[in-house]
Amino acid sequence: MIQAPDLPLWAAIAVGFLVLLGASITLIGALGLLRLRNFYERIHPPTLGSTLGTGCILIASMICFSTLHSRPMVHEVLIAIFVTLTTPITLMLLARAALYRDRSEGSAGVPQDLESVSASDIQQFAPDQP
Amino acid sequence: MKRLVPFPLLALALFVMWVLLTGFSPGHILLGAVVALLVSRVMLTLKAEPPRIRFSMAIVRLAMLVLADIIRSNVAVARIVLFRPAGQRSGFIEFPTELRDPQALAALAIIITATPGTLWLQHDAQRHLVLIHVLDLVDEAEWIALIKTRYERLLMEIFV
Repeated sequence: MIQAPDLPLWAAIAVGFLVLLGASITLIGALGLLRLRNFYERIHPPTLGSTLGTGCILIASMICFSTLHSRPMVHEVLIAIFVTLTTPITLMLLARAALYRDRSEGSAGVPQDLESVSASDIQQFAPDQP
Repeated sequence: MKRLVPFPLLALALFVMWVLLTGFSPGHILLGAVVALLVSRVMLTLKAEPPRIRFSMAIVRLAMLVLADIIRSNVAVARIVLFRPAGQRSGFIEFPTELRDPQALAALAIIITATPGTLWLQHDAQRHLVLIHVLDLVDEAEWIALIKTRYERLLMEIFV
């Protein structure tokens, strides 16, 4: 087990509080997966973990390692940037897959394809397309 | 200069990333500069259009606004998950966007999806409509006005 004996009291309190807060926010997000009603609603809560949850834990990590090494450590910022840039891709892929399935099954409560009109226009000019 | 560094912003970002990851030392600063210059040239084969960004206070204002909105929506979504308010319903909205620049649209997609409670689903490039799913949908027109005045206006200032 990794010990952190050199952490001064103020830093230990701040780090502990932020890590707990971040973990709790992520847990609430995970709980949302259980509690909400349909797929499109369930896809929202996990973003709690990828935004504020990650943010709190990263700030805690910055405080912890900046105090231990007595110089500013800010490369956690990179994690925040990469997580922010990449999670939308995953979320959009999942949501688009669900939307495609619901549309092809003709489920109720799902908006029609925005491009359905333009897609038929394209087919007129490209008859070899399926 | 333009031919040597076709994507100066990307090269700068790669260089900063390299230095942040490896720490400040003359060797790594030199190596990072070489890597940044060479790797940013890879984008040439993708034939990507360099972004046309106007650097102004609008970028800072947008960043602060998005940060504040992310924290606020975190609280809002957490409340919906924990307490399940009775009147809450979710739904899709069609957002008519005035943005045409692909990079500006990508930025708006990231902002909307990274903010808990809203999710960018689909963009119709011909009719300029964006399909967005909203977790707490009270009034469709209100959401469209919100996205327009808060993000779209600033993005149009930034991407010229």
